[in-house]
Amino acid sequence: MTDAALSVSAAPDARSSLPVRALRAVASRLVIIVPYAWLLVFFLIPFVIVFKISLSQTAIAMPPYTPVLGFGEGIGGFWSQLKELSFENYLWLTDDPLYFNAYLSSVWIAGISTILALAVGYPIAYGMARAPTALRPTLLMLVILPFWTSFLIRVYAWIGILKPEGLLNQLLLSTGIIHQPLVILNTHTAIFIGIVYSYLPFMILPLYSSLEKMDYSLIEAAQDLGCPPTSAFWKITFPLSLPGVIAGCMLVFIPAVGEFVIPDLLGGSQTLMIGRTLWNEFFANRDWPVSSAVAVILLLLLIVPIMIFQSAQARAQEQSK
Amino acid sequence: MKSLGSIRRSFAPWNDPSAKPYISFENVTKVFGDFTAVDNLSLAIYEKEFFALLGGSGSGKSTLLRMLAGFDNPTSGRIMLDGQDLRGIPPYRRPLNMMFQSYALFPHMTVEANVGFGLKQEGMPKADIDARVAEMLKLVKLEQFAKRKPHQLSGGQRQRVALARSVAKRPKVLLLDEPLGALDKKLREETQFELMDLQQSLGLTFVVVTHDQEEAMTMADRIAILDKGQLMQVATPAEIYEAPASRFVANFVGNVNMFEGTVASRDAGIARVTGASGAEIVVDNAGDAAAGNAIAFAVRPEKIKVSSKRPEGAVNAMEGEVYDLAYLGDMTVYRVRLADGQVIQASALNSSRASDDPLTWHDRAWISFQPDAGIVLTR
Repeated sequence: MTDAALSVSAAPDARSSLPVRALRAVASRLVIIVPYAWLLVFFLIPFVIVFKISLSQTAIAMPPYTPVLGFGEGIGGFWSQLKELSFENYLWLTDDPLYFNAYLSSVWIAGISTILALAVGYPIAYGMARAPTALRPTLLMLVILPFWTSFLIRVYAWIGILKPEGLLNQLLLSTGIIHQPLVILNTHTAIFIGIVYSYLPFMILPLYSSLEKMDYSLIEAAQDLGCPPTSAFWKITFPLSLPGVIAGCMLVFIPAVGEFVIPDLLGGSQTLMIGRTLWNEFFANRDWPVSSAVAVILLLLLIVPIMIFQSAQARAQEQSK
Repeated sequence: MKSLGSIRRSFAPWNDPSAKPYISFENVTKVFGDFTAVDNLSLAIYEKEFFALLGGSGSGKSTLLRMLAGFDNPTSGRIMLDGQDLRGIPPYRRPLNMMFQSYALFPHMTVEANVGFGLKQEGMPKADIDARVAEMLKLVKLEQFAKRKPHQLSGGQRQRVALARSVAKRPKVLLLDEPLGALDKKLREETQFELMDLQQSLGLTFVVVTHDQEEAMTMADRIAILDKGQLMQVATPAEIYEAPASRFVANFVGNVNMFEGTVASRDAGIARVTGASGAEIVVDNAGDAAAGNAIAFAVRPEKIKVSSKRPEGAVNAMEGEVYDLAYLGDMTVYRVRLADGQVIQASALNSSRASDDPLTWHDRAWISFQPDAGIVLTR
């Protein structure tokens, strides 16, 4: 189909004059430039600035680091400023086990949350994909609906639910299931609940889209060939939904690693996560260089899953052709 | 080839009162919401038969197949396979396999894995699976495509993978849902004969669902014509074509001219029928049509002769005007409009290179047919 579309659009091109063709070539380049320019201005340049700060030394000044690069003292001055930059902050990060533990704990918490979100999201997405066609837009709407309320307010609401005298404990106590209030708030459990709740739509939507386009006759074919329903799910449905599983997991895992608000509000003071460490370094210690180094390492840490995500997306697109 | 033909001719268990049906639908009804897909239908299919379910969309033919496969259950009535009631037996325990209209090949598995899927479910040893898969791929001439994924194959190749997969388990019955529907005309014709050979060589019972009457006529031993969930007729292709049971069947299979009228008189098998316009025709084999009955005399186009003059001694002849004409090479199709406005279709085989009685548009022409050229239909 794409071939046909290509040849159709190419045909009038071949017949048009040279200046028109040249103009079109420029125009098509311009279209590509827009996203690249966006990434350059809002991603690459800020990253270079952060990276530069991570190589600087902290100072009691405005801005709170040195050297501040500039051409005030000519090219030679700029060169000597550059020489002051060092990887000392990165070495400092390896010295103090705090940072290593924070990274590890972030990855661990994000990993567990992702698995939980998958376990909760998959049945929901599956149910939605098998629901009557007329009902699906409504179900999709319901999944997206929480986004209409502020994220922060929804996380605060969880404090009200989870705290010792909160709604959940009152309910469980009044029904007699428990006799002592459960301690959930300010534990990892609360963080898991918060992350799973907040990021669930990001898990459900890609799962739903991959399950929804699956041909149900494949399941019937598997059953026809002697495969009971449960086994057909693991042999056919699940492998075919893998692109959705990978996309959903990455969409939850990547932001969850750097999550700050949820561990801060629900996890209590003893929770060590890299988002909080970064916030502390930046605002409490005013150590911009070290917090920049923390941010750069975090980014490098996340590049691996992002690349897995991208190659999975590319493969999924290749398959759907 | 000759011996094959003779086997086919002598194969007619439905005429043998002592033969036991292999598959039987007994008063089966299937209701979806307020839609009755299959309406109190009974049908017997015999072992090693090539049976076609033919009907338009919504005729219930696919529902019958799905009930046989176990994907739907009858609302009432029962389906028997080899003396066993199939009720409550899930699809994965039924000794029959289905070839899906969409082929339903598993996109994440190679051709090999697709064909071997059912065998693996059975717990067959790997060496045996490999041998059987190789045998199946050889049967459908796809040996060199074993490692490909379905999306790397052409439509015709996919169809053959689906076929190989559905016969790999050596089912007793193979169900085929529009098996040739997605193929182009030439490939479809070739594949029809391949399917017939396969059915003969494996000795399987085939139940095929199709909306294509030509396909059904070519391949099937017997055809069931369905309409609105009811059985219209079950018979061999020749019987369906030459002796349709009703106007619906006559119209559904092939082209037909209907001479509607009332039986004016009856003398043994011969009846005189008066049409609405007053024209009279004489028909043979009037069956149980009595004087005063409204009947239709159905005559196939190739049994009607077209000539520029009234043929001498013709019993049934009517004059009209050549309204349309199509030269198809091997034959010419005439559409002749009679005085009462009815358009009659007649086809003449071009057995010699030049016609001795050339007719063209707007010529006056006579159509004629023998009293036994058609069949009297009361329904």
